[in-house]
Amino acid sequence: MFEIIEMIILLGVICTSVAAMLSKDLLVSVVLLAAMSLLLSLEFYILHAPDVAIAEAAIGAGLSTAIYIMAINKTDRWENENG
Amino acid sequence: MNDVSLIVKVVAYILIVPVFIFGSYVILHGHLSPGGGFAGGAILATLVAMLVITFRDDFKENPHEIFSILECIGMIFFILLAFFGLSSSFFHNFLVNLNGLFGKPVHFGVNPGYLNTAGVIPLMNMAVGIEVFSALSLIVLMLSMRYGGERK
Repeated sequence: MFEIIEMIILLGVICTSVAAMLSKDLLVSVVLLAAMSLLLSLEFYILHAPDVAIAEAAIGAGLSTAIYIMAINKTDRWENENG
Repeated sequence: MNDVSLIVKVVAYILIVPVFIFGSYVILHGHLSPGGGFAGGAILATLVAMLVITFRDDFKENPHEIFSILECIGMIFFILLAFFGLSSSFFHNFLVNLNGLFGKPVHFGVNPGYLNTAGVIPLMNMAVGIEVFSALSLIVLMLSMRYGGERK
């Protein structure tokens, strides 16, 4: 039972991180990274590490999202086509 | 930047008290349950990040000096607690089993949360919580400033 849930969560982690990498809108990428961090904290909780899960949820989904949004606010929202 | 919507402001007003209580809970129950000073301090720092993003137009000066002083206080408190146990060794737990402050022995197994236990560890959790909270808040506040050191 738990193997199936773990496989679904890890597939969600891979899908959200690939989508965050491919997206041209950087705000969408930040939100997808927050979702990936939340799924990863769920995986940590299933693997009996609730301490790491709390730290991952607080830092990955909360603080780093705020810091990335501040960085986007000072620069450009859209990824440059010419690299 | 004056375009923070009313929904964001109302949700921020609602979330202030629950986030503060949850972070304080994680810090104060650090020796009994998962979490501790670092995780609770990070949760409290997300509160400061939310307030900075939402109400950045409403306060005039950047209050980063308060957080700098709080960070120094947390560090000094932690290292003083480590030095106070120096009669036997560094980081010695000198308060446990004395029936004083946090002096009861830790109950074995499942318990409803006896906070008055574990000696010097809750005090060190509080020091680490204050230190991590003020350091991460300081990072967020400094990132929200303009280049010349003025508010945006």
